[in-house]
Amino acid sequence: MKLNIDKIITKYKGKNGAAIPLLQELQELEGYLAPESIRYLSEHTGIPVAELYGVATFYSMFYLEPQGRHIIRVCKGTACHVSEADTLGVAIRSHLGLSEGENTTSDGRFTVLEVACLGCCSLAPVIMIGDTTYGKLVVDKIGKILDQYE
Amino acid sequence: MAIKTIKVGMASCGLASGAEDVYHAIQKSLPDSIELKKTACLGFCFAEPMVEVIDEAGKSEFFGYLTPRDADKLLNNTLPDRKLLISQKRDAPANKQLARQVRITTRHSGSIDPENIQDYLDDDGYMALKKVCTGMSPQEVIDEMKASGLRGRGGASFSTGLKWQFAKDAAGDKKYIICNADEGDPGAFMDRNILESDPHSVLEGMAICAYTVGAKNAYIYCRAEYPLAVKRLKKAIADAEEMGFLGDNIFNRGFSLHIVLKEGAGAFVCGEETALIASIEGKRGMPCLRPPFPAQSGLWEKPTNINNVETFATVAWIINHGAAAYAAYGTEKSKGTKVFALAGKIKNTGLIEVPMGITLREIIYDIGGGIKEDRPFKAVQLGGPSGGCIPADLLDTQVDYDSIVKTGAIMGSGGMVVMDDTTCMVNIAAFFLNFTQNESCGKCTFCRIGTKRMLEILQRIQNGEGVLEDIEKLEHLSEQIISSSLCGLGKTAPNPVLTTLRYFKDEYIAHIKDKRCPAGVCSALVHFEIDEEKCTGCTLCIRACPTHCISGEVKKLHLIDQDSCISCGACYSVCKFDAVIRTQY
Repeated sequence: MKLNIDKIITKYKGKNGAAIPLLQELQELEGYLAPESIRYLSEHTGIPVAELYGVATFYSMFYLEPQGRHIIRVCKGTACHVSEADTLGVAIRSHLGLSEGENTTSDGRFTVLEVACLGCCSLAPVIMIGDTTYGKLVVDKIGKILDQYE
Repeated sequence: MAIKTIKVGMASCGLASGAEDVYHAIQKSLPDSIELKKTACLGFCFAEPMVEVIDEAGKSEFFGYLTPRDADKLLNNTLPDRKLLISQKRDAPANKQLARQVRITTRHSGSIDPENIQDYLDDDGYMALKKVCTGMSPQEVIDEMKASGLRGRGGASFSTGLKWQFAKDAAGDKKYIICNADEGDPGAFMDRNILESDPHSVLEGMAICAYTVGAKNAYIYCRAEYPLAVKRLKKAIADAEEMGFLGDNIFNRGFSLHIVLKEGAGAFVCGEETALIASIEGKRGMPCLRPPFPAQSGLWEKPTNINNVETFATVAWIINHGAAAYAAYGTEKSKGTKVFALAGKIKNTGLIEVPMGITLREIIYDIGGGIKEDRPFKAVQLGGPSGGCIPADLLDTQVDYDSIVKTGAIMGSGGMVVMDDTTCMVNIAAFFLNFTQNESCGKCTFCRIGTKRMLEILQRIQNGEGVLEDIEKLEHLSEQIISSSLCGLGKTAPNPVLTTLRYFKDEYIAHIKDKRCPAGVCSALVHFEIDEEKCTGCTLCIRACPTHCISGEVKKLHLIDQDSCISCGACYSVCKFDAVIRTQY
């Protein structure tokens, strides 16, 4: 594990403003930002832990907890909002059996997140699973879409 | 006439609608005589997946709403008329909508293959850069930009020529260019579409700017939520470097430019230029005080010029066709064209480019086709969380910077979300406050806490627990937040509340005094039941219910379990027999 982190550290060695890409690549590698990995990163780059945490907690794309294998992003943009995106979000969570405050299914298959806007407003309401966008959604279609993901 | 070329639209909206399957289905039955190409988005997102069919005479027709099963009919020219959208040969439903547009910034969108640099080169690509590098002085370029009247299309609407002048005149031999592709306004997708459809036009605009201000290094800061744009940009940068349009010694004139793509990490406030710079420097994206402006001291404290995607994508056209040609469009103070994203309760959702000075009515009814299901128009939201809602009696407002500001909204980056009578304006105000409250970086107290307090008041009103004094409180807090916030996010955060209060005060009063939500949206104020006489037992509402709280079997009476019902209204909107009764308290 550390070997892979070392590779990332070498890649950005001596480069200005590397905190964000370092954390992005670390997260890509491990799926989330574990406390021990952040500490390791700090020790070997000289960037203070506080600074790394400061960055990691500021941006919504960083996760401090393990995420599901597939990330479902439910768009909460204006167009989706007026096209009943809230109902869609409730339906997805209910379909996956997530209780309040819970974002990841117990089998680690899905994590459900809300995002500000996916920029696919013309197809509202929209969700994104991984890098795939699904538009013009109705509650009825959810089961079939989610079934495609293992 | 025999078909020569077929182009399939493959931008995010096309792909999300199944364009990939359509492409493969056509490919399967494709005769050798026809060339099959990929392109991106013409802007008619409502009709995706879309294809363009070009005959040997060069005349083209666009078809939409396609499925893989349409492939053979498409190749035999036997598609039904209802799938025809635009045609150069006959009358077609979207002909007029295209005719009302002036496509300058989006000139290549939906016609070229964004992943093929040759397509771009075949249509004047990098000609403007060549013209500038080989025959124009930096000052001549700036004068041309000034004369064109182009103003920053990201929302701040500052003169592009003047901005370039500041960066050029700034002392220092190391300077930077940044392309702001952190399009964060909910309801806006102009930049995504330009990046996906025509990435080279953005790179060319950046290169012209870099030559002009004297920068050798540039960054594109792109939202991570736009994976396809990132992919196409990366390819475009690599291709342009390989062909010598970027990199060292461009056109053998000693001018060099290296562009680095930075992926954002998800923070709306990074659209603000000083926050964006902090983010590129690897820090938390917190805005800081200006002056000094980035033109004097920006990235790594060096002079920096920042423009957004749409602005850069327009530059090459202005250089190729001349400032006068661009300034011929638009009004006296708002020159040229503007790209808008149409979304919400409008029939023809998608992307349009229109000359400034057109009215909102023309955009919404003539180009946008009017309101879905022909319901009454209520408001159009412009400018995202910084903007406001413009009501029906101001539909004849001209779209130019000054006229829009007079309504209390702003032009913004170009998102237009249309609302009908099923949209609650208090709910919309709360929606935007929730957004800005989440996205406030926390630096300024009034933005951080003021927006929170405003949101709490709005939620109280939505729950039927508001009091009349709340309206004054909202207005009072708005003033304080506007005057005490550092950056644009806080300064404009109250706008959605102020404009809805200005034009839809009666809705606030209805929530407060009558405990009634006129649009039937606010869940605490509505109640749903099934009409025993009208219910046919079709199960549509059962399948639409997100909480599975409707029980019943086919052709038998359905029943809503009131304990689990969240009053979302999904059953009410799907029922075809008016069998769901909505009671507004």
